[in-house]
Amino acid sequence: MGRFVTSRLIQAAIVLAAMSFAVYGLIGLMPGDPIDIMVAGNPQLTSEDAARLRAVYGLDQPLLDRYAAWLGAALSGDLGYSRVHGVPVVELLFPRLGNTLLLIGASLVLSIAIALPIGILAAVRPYSRIDNAVNLLCFAGISVPPFWLALLLIMLFSVALGWLPAGGVSSAGSESLIDRARHLVLPVLTLTLASVAGYTRYIRAAMLEQLRQDYVRTARAKGVERRTLLWRHALPNALIPLITVAGLDLGALFSGALITETMFGYLGMGKLIYDSILGNDYNLALVGLLFATITTLAGNFLADTAYSALDPRISYRRQRL
Amino acid sequence: MTAAAILAAGQSPARLRLNRFLRHRAAVASGFLLAALVIAALLAPWIAEWRGTPPDAIDLLNRLAEPSWRHPLGTDELGRDLLIRILYGGRISLAVGLTAAVAAASIGTIIGVLAGYRGGVIDAILMRLTDFVIALPLLPLLIVLTALDLGKLPIPDGWLAGDPSGLWRIVVIIALVGWTTVARLVRGATLAVRQHEYMRAAMALGAGPMRTITRHVLPNVASPIVVATTLSIGQVILLESVLSFLGLGIQPPVASWGNMLTNAQELVWSAPRLAVVPGLAIFATVIACNFLGDGLQDALDPRALQDRR
Repeated sequence: MGRFVTSRLIQAAIVLAAMSFAVYGLIGLMPGDPIDIMVAGNPQLTSEDAARLRAVYGLDQPLLDRYAAWLGAALSGDLGYSRVHGVPVVELLFPRLGNTLLLIGASLVLSIAIALPIGILAAVRPYSRIDNAVNLLCFAGISVPPFWLALLLIMLFSVALGWLPAGGVSSAGSESLIDRARHLVLPVLTLTLASVAGYTRYIRAAMLEQLRQDYVRTARAKGVERRTLLWRHALPNALIPLITVAGLDLGALFSGALITETMFGYLGMGKLIYDSILGNDYNLALVGLLFATITTLAGNFLADTAYSALDPRISYRRQRL
Repeated sequence: MTAAAILAAGQSPARLRLNRFLRHRAAVASGFLLAALVIAALLAPWIAEWRGTPPDAIDLLNRLAEPSWRHPLGTDELGRDLLIRILYGGRISLAVGLTAAVAAASIGTIIGVLAGYRGGVIDAILMRLTDFVIALPLLPLLIVLTALDLGKLPIPDGWLAGDPSGLWRIVVIIALVGWTTVARLVRGATLAVRQHEYMRAAMALGAGPMRTITRHVLPNVASPIVVATTLSIGQVILLESVLSFLGLGIQPPVASWGNMLTNAQELVWSAPRLAVVPGLAIFATVIACNFLGDGLQDALDPRALQDRR
């Protein structure tokens, strides 16, 4: 187990290093560079000035040298300044990350709370009318464009009914928890509706597979009550693959959060990344993307580790074929 | 052999597949819907000419008009006919969905066959590459890729100038990140096929790699590729619509279902119709692709179906 964790951590570090270089290179390909933006803001700068500034900031150096310089600074904790916000990137990052984790966490809990009973219900009576209805809803859930779903929810709850705010994190000047919670409802609902279908299908499939196993038949033959059989015997085994799915899904949730946050003007990481890319805020875009990668990698890593810890049949020592 | 298989023994495999497909009613309905959509999208220029409402014809006196005989779905904020723009947007969405899904499946097939057939170091490298691409945060990465200034790359200027709406750019970008599912599927299937006796027989008889791959491996992995590609058409259309909605995909004035919703967001108070119709088009197309893929799975992979009965 220890060796497995170490090897996965090393792998994740390699992916992250490769990703940081790739993203660094990509950011360099974004339109213009910081000096272009300075020149645009100050017409008195001549092209000689621009060239001199590029030399001062090291922008005339080859890509690898610039990357090495950035990496050195980043590893010592200096992630640079945001061009648009004029503050260190780190100061922007953490409050935003907190908002996003709140959004993702709330919708993950809600999704599983909805998907679990529905998935079990569908699995207990496969191909019944209920199962077919659930199946249809799931197909709808995975096919609906999330930003359109957000738009519909805004139209219903904010425009037509006027119950909930259409965007933002909190009302101006309001610090109350209830106000924050009201702003959270629609984003969480959007993200939940977009992800609940996937979980329901996984739970249904996993339960169906467990219910076909011999141990379930044995337990049933020995007279175990139906409810005990479902909740105590089959469900724990069916949940193991769900944990993997939830972990692997963290990256997708992050993408979903980006859409949701942009739609609702919710100040989280997703919106930060989107705004920074569109606003040519190079440092911020770079760090934001790396954080998104770290989230995805952490999800994958947790999924693998939890899977091997929970299922004694899985041994990673002999895994390399 | 099950009873159903014995009863059906007199029928050709193609007939059996068709029967299994026809039993999936949602898939059949979806097939018809998609066919109708493709035909309508192909006919869009003629329909526009017949109605006398070209997709880009701005008519400021008729802004946000309600549905009427002249404009069956009404007009948008510039007085353009919504129905015609939906049809033109469909051309874009379907074209992007089909080409990007097929391109991604082709890349995936090549990588999967190579990894499964050659094995060893090549397999290890290709599969780590696949893991790497899967680990990328998809949407943020796509946003960066669409925002890049390709002028900084050594690409001939003519290529970029020839793609003002950003259509090919989207196709290339989605294909570059979307091949992983097929690659894994094909690798697994190739590994399975390689175990079979007939493969060893073929090799013993002196069949080269090209022949074994095209004659034995590819026909065996064709079904899962077809299913995965159908399902991914829907996913691609979703991605394209998100990117276009964010202003990064298909560039106006060329209509796409995604970018038609961009302006609609500000108009939900005055013209909710503009927000509902393009979204419904995306939703219906994507759900149809998903049902179609599900039906094809039933038809092409009877083992999955037998599990159900």
